[in-house]
Amino acid sequence: MLTINRHTFKHGIHPPENKDETNGLPIRQFSFAPLIILPVAQHIGKPSKIIIREGQEVVRGQKLAESDGFLSVPLHSPASGIIRKIANVPTLSGKMTTGIYLEPFPSSTQEILEGDPIDLETATPEEILLGIQEAGIVGLGGAAFPTHAKLKIPEGKHCETLIINGIECEPYLTTDHRVMLEQPDDIFMGIRYLMKATGAKQTIIGIEANKQDAAEFLASKLTGKEPISVQVVPVKYPQGAEKMLITALMGKEVPSGGLPIDVHAVVVNVATTAEIGRLLPHGRGIQERVITITGPGVKKKGNYLIPIGTPLRYVLEQVGVDESISEVYMGGPMMGVAVGNLDISIVKGTSGIVVFNQKQVHRSAQVYPCIKCGACVDACPLSLNPSKLGILAKFESYDKMAEEYNLMDCFECGSCSFVCPSHIPLVQYFRLSKSIVRKRKSKNV
Amino acid sequence: MFKQTLHISTSPHLVKGTSVEIIMRNVVWAMLPAAAFSVYVFGWNAALVLITSTLSCVLTEHVLCRLSKKRSTVSDWSAIITGLLLGLTLPPTFPLWMTFLGGVIAISVGKFLFGGLGYNVFNPALVGRAVLQGAFPVAITTWYDGFAADRFTTINSSLFAAPFMKPMVDGVSGATPLSAFKFDGVVTDTADLAFGFVSGSAGETSAILILLGGVYLALRNFMNWRIPVSILATVFILSGIFYWIDPSKYPSPLFMLFSGGLMLGAVFMATDMVASPITKWGVILYGAIIGTLIVVIRIWGGLPEGVMYAILLGNAISPHIDRLIRYRVYGTSLKSS
Repeated sequence: MLTINRHTFKHGIHPPENKDETNGLPIRQFSFAPLIILPVAQHIGKPSKIIIREGQEVVRGQKLAESDGFLSVPLHSPASGIIRKIANVPTLSGKMTTGIYLEPFPSSTQEILEGDPIDLETATPEEILLGIQEAGIVGLGGAAFPTHAKLKIPEGKHCETLIINGIECEPYLTTDHRVMLEQPDDIFMGIRYLMKATGAKQTIIGIEANKQDAAEFLASKLTGKEPISVQVVPVKYPQGAEKMLITALMGKEVPSGGLPIDVHAVVVNVATTAEIGRLLPHGRGIQERVITITGPGVKKKGNYLIPIGTPLRYVLEQVGVDESISEVYMGGPMMGVAVGNLDISIVKGTSGIVVFNQKQVHRSAQVYPCIKCGACVDACPLSLNPSKLGILAKFESYDKMAEEYNLMDCFECGSCSFVCPSHIPLVQYFRLSKSIVRKRKSKNV
Repeated sequence: MFKQTLHISTSPHLVKGTSVEIIMRNVVWAMLPAAAFSVYVFGWNAALVLITSTLSCVLTEHVLCRLSKKRSTVSDWSAIITGLLLGLTLPPTFPLWMTFLGGVIAISVGKFLFGGLGYNVFNPALVGRAVLQGAFPVAITTWYDGFAADRFTTINSSLFAAPFMKPMVDGVSGATPLSAFKFDGVVTDTADLAFGFVSGSAGETSAILILLGGVYLALRNFMNWRIPVSILATVFILSGIFYWIDPSKYPSPLFMLFSGGLMLGAVFMATDMVASPITKWGVILYGAIIGTLIVVIRIWGGLPEGVMYAILLGNAISPHIDRLIRYRVYGTSLKSS
């Protein structure tokens, strides 16, 4: 069933979408780079433990590293080839981490290794969760949080509603849009696994009105026998944030400091869902993902299926970029991270690559004092007071920020910085303040 | 390929493209029709007062920035707003040296002493005007009738009064509609008030043009429209109640709306972003308090006009309103089930 929902969350912003250049382009397979570089820390939690040696030949889909504890996932080989070395590799955050250098065999058929399939009919919820972990699946929306850990319902709680997040509110990105149009069967198969794993009684697929075609397409695939519905919500950033999406679809608020399960819901990204539906029946691991490569600096814009570990420099060479590129973002332009080193690799959490050249960077160097215009207050989806928080941050009143002004609820969506006429880097202030508050807390405990 | 240096910055990497400068510049544009009309009504006299007040504010801001070894903040246009606003609140024949002094006080005491743009507790223009009112009570209540035949040929000699000499009051001085009502019981026609064919401060006269500027700012989202709406509605309703009780004793609500500095104050002064509350309900309360104070001062106070003091008092309590009225933070005051 397709329903048009006019209700949404409070506040929020409308940044220019810029999705039209890529949302009509089908997903295309990317070639293997001559050297693939795989960091072992691609997810939130403990890095994977390497189980291969330098010089070893590996098959596509083979496990290169296994999970180290519950909050960890294994890493699979994206190609058949030879392990050239195991050494430090640069990452997006600037830190170095252990990584695997893999040289694919150019003449290999690149057939994918199959593992133990997880049978939807007979598998228990625990077996499905284990299967999801073994497939190396993490949140593909960008957070890269191990999906099985998110799906594990805590003792004493229960899940009623599974929400499939097809919102993709970040400007420029169209990966989820293409996945919904091209992989409906994988998505529905994934939903079946997820419903069984969580015990959810119904599923809502949430899609923004700028992807009406995807919503209608998915709704047309519904048989009516399963409790799955598609809901279209008005376009507004940051609707893809779990809490905002739950409010838009269910009219409920997740308690401050709580999780979606506190309102009996679990939210999973639509591309992650498709991956689960595709990999689990074959017991395979994740080796590639869909990435939107776009922005004014890119020549061959599009949605590409790129092997995990492909070096960013190789990707940019393949699609072609302007001479004058000045900024490259991994993820969308609202919450993505600016790249300072093109030698980093595509990881599981990379949802997009946006390239700007000098002309498009219209950042004003001039920061004015806060004039209390209230634009940020009317933009914050959590109804925080960024103006006041910003002033408190300047005075280093971090404890007051956390205790009286709910600093720790901020999820850094960037709406406040986006609207600020004084160009105050509010999100950066809050990021810093949050880490200081966290440090102080851990010291006191 | 990739010869360029990569710039790194923190998210978000997109900005809306507004700036303090754009907002301030638009406020200036919005005030220009009312300012131009006052020049039309009062001639070169009003023009000189407006130019002097603006120059004085800009100069003071520039000098103070230089003295404190900071980059000059004149380019953010906020000093121009203060100057124009101050000029619009003064009688068109106000001695220029007093006007200049008002500008110096507005910027130095009203703005710089508090820490500059963004930190002022009160609207700086009103601080300047309040000091002038205390220091020169006669000059600031000496009005001059508009549409004098010689307004574009001669300049009133009181403008050039030497400092600390008794100002020469020259020409025909007319009572403002509010003082005429308060002290003589004379009611001015509302249409004359709305279109500005009355005596008063340079910018007190054309309610319609001021409203037009306000509508422009509200549409462009450069002004919180709730503030003027709340003030005007409160004044209208409160004075309406009194008028209904005894129309012979109290002025009509329409007269209240269109007389004196109410329009100028409600649209351009009370809306100073820095000195007004930040939430929707906060500004409505703020407007209601200012509106109530205006009616109270006008009806029972010793002065014919109360807009300035009402707004200054409103400014003073605005931080407290922000402490009192906040949005409920998402997910709070809910029990986790």
